[in-house]
Amino acid sequence: MEQIIANGLYLGAQYALIALGLTLIFALMNVLNFAHGQMYVIGGFVTYTVYAQLGLPFVVGVAASGVTLAIIGALVQKFLFGPVIRKSVREESTMLLAAGLAFLLDAVVLLLFGEKQRGVPKIVNGIFNYNDYTIVMPYDKILVGVLAILAIAAFILYMQYSKTGRAMRALAQDKVAAQLMGVDVDRYSIIGFALGAMLAGVVGGLLVTVTGINLGMGGPTSIKAFMMVMIGGAGVISGAIAGGFILGMLESVGLTVLAAYGDITYLVIFASLMVFLAIRPQGLMGKPWG
Amino acid sequence: MLNRRIFVQTAVVAGIAAAASLAAPQGAWAANEKLRIGFVGVTSGPAAAWGISNVRSMQTRAAWINETGGVKIGDKTYDVEIVTFDDQKDPKRAIAGMEKMAQERIHYVVGPNVDDGAAAVRPVAEQNNIIYFPYAFPKSLYVKPASNAVLGMVANYQSGPAIYKYLQDKKGVKKVAFVCANESDPLSQRESGVAAAKALGLTVVSDNITYQVDTTDFTPVLTPVVRTQPDLLVLSGAAPANTPQLIRAARELGYKGLISAETAQDAAVIKEGAGDLANGFISVGGASTPEIATDAMREFVARYTKMFGEYNDESNTKVYALEYIFETLKANPKAIDNVEEFKKTMETLAAENIFMKGGAKLKYVGMTSFGQKRQVSVPMVVNEYRNGKFETLFIAEVD
Repeated sequence: MEQIIANGLYLGAQYALIALGLTLIFALMNVLNFAHGQMYVIGGFVTYTVYAQLGLPFVVGVAASGVTLAIIGALVQKFLFGPVIRKSVREESTMLLAAGLAFLLDAVVLLLFGEKQRGVPKIVNGIFNYNDYTIVMPYDKILVGVLAILAIAAFILYMQYSKTGRAMRALAQDKVAAQLMGVDVDRYSIIGFALGAMLAGVVGGLLVTVTGINLGMGGPTSIKAFMMVMIGGAGVISGAIAGGFILGMLESVGLTVLAAYGDITYLVIFASLMVFLAIRPQGLMGKPWG
Repeated sequence: MLNRRIFVQTAVVAGIAAAASLAAPQGAWAANEKLRIGFVGVTSGPAAAWGISNVRSMQTRAAWINETGGVKIGDKTYDVEIVTFDDQKDPKRAIAGMEKMAQERIHYVVGPNVDDGAAAVRPVAEQNNIIYFPYAFPKSLYVKPASNAVLGMVANYQSGPAIYKYLQDKKGVKKVAFVCANESDPLSQRESGVAAAKALGLTVVSDNITYQVDTTDFTPVLTPVVRTQPDLLVLSGAAPANTPQLIRAARELGYKGLISAETAQDAAVIKEGAGDLANGFISVGGASTPEIATDAMREFVARYTKMFGEYNDESNTKVYALEYIFETLKANPKAIDNVEEFKKTMETLAAENIFMKGGAKLKYVGMTSFGQKRQVSVPMVVNEYRNGKFETLFIAEVD
């Protein structure tokens, strides 16, 4: 059981970080960014290129992933989502755009980085082994988990106490009121999208050390991120974090407890999610920004 | 006035055409006819690596042949053109792809890459006189009354028993555990692997653990498997993208036994993803290991690397399908647009295998597994991964 909890906590930390960027973009612009997983993949490949191919320090790779994705996010918002949101009142317009963007990024990744699974050298060697394999956790996973939690904490503090964070929260709560108070919607939408994409890039860069990265990871990552957001409540930071840890723990427990019945863990999770959403469609944490 | 304008326009067009014809290189008039070979398989999404290694092998070989004058079949010489279709691992799209090949009057197609796609295209191929070379294992595709599919590689129910027997005899393996993705191909490979292990008298300690194809962290998946303490952990149908992570997770959980897979893998991917933790990992490969590779195989690898920037070890096996098509057509030029002639020639073909040392022949096999020759004979090279590259453990032949 100790190992199951440890696995769940680690998965939860990485999932929560993935979900944060998605929920931020949804909260600010009401955009379901289906390309979030592809942004995560690009982040992984950028760190792979900088750290494994160019031989620069790992931290430079993660920073490069964050900056690259922030730029991509800003450009996507300025030239794609921004104009579409201004011109179309139909929500499906942005959904279709996001789906198209996901396909485009998949094609770009294939062209730039190829079809192969990629991995990088371990950033920390060794394994934490408690009580003769009662709990086993490689040190690199522990480090990535801690970094993910620190990134989540930094994000919350930034959203809570910085001027930009307050402006984005105001936008998420009531766009019209925020505009009347002098918040520049276009500017903060670009910053918000860049921040959300940057989070995807950073988590891609962190996880490439543990899971590696490949072209096909984008779609499944987006699906899991949407599940976490649905569990926690769309557009709610604390909801995304809670959703991440809940999904991580469910996955870890299910894969062990239900192993004897075949691969039914995700079947059970999906069925439970449907029942849960039927009872509480707004998720655990309710409205955007609570 | 109108007539004059038409006259002037006609004269201008005729002049440009005449100038273009004079300027065109003489070789353009002597260009070879095209021999179009199709590919229907997955080149996007999570399993893209399987199909892309197919396509790139075909494109590399085609470019090489065209550069050296084309392929001579009967009294004609052809340039080879590869026509590709991405089925996105979706059987419906695989059918659409095979229909496209039929519309374009292509008779020889490589692919699809997975079981359900290969099964789905069978009626289209049979109705439209297409011989296709799937990388999929269902026996129903290759046993009578089916006759248009030719298995393009060694099936796991052929390689698995050989590997388990070797490990049982040489490494003292007694207990085996199986883990696979929850998909039709890996599941069926696991079933046949379990049957083969039991037939050899091995104890199967775990055969019900599966994982989602999009799993990225295999620690929770392998935790219950490792606790059964097998001597051998078989990664049934493991995709190259998952293999390094599976190896790494097993080793980090303290597993010290052997790990094997019956699918082709890529040494560079394993090195990056698992590093030294993968030393001793056993898998099935093609003919690029130094012990058996010919100069032609080395040139193929060099050309592939030059064209696409990086070689893929999976292509060692996938280079063969195109070679079999050419050699069969050379042996019977009437088969160029007549698949029944092709089938007749399959019974007797014995051409030089330019990629493998030791006088190996290109010949169709499969009598033992399918009751008819519906499989290409590629070398079953069982490799052991060590320090970033594969070393040949043993070589066997199907049939």
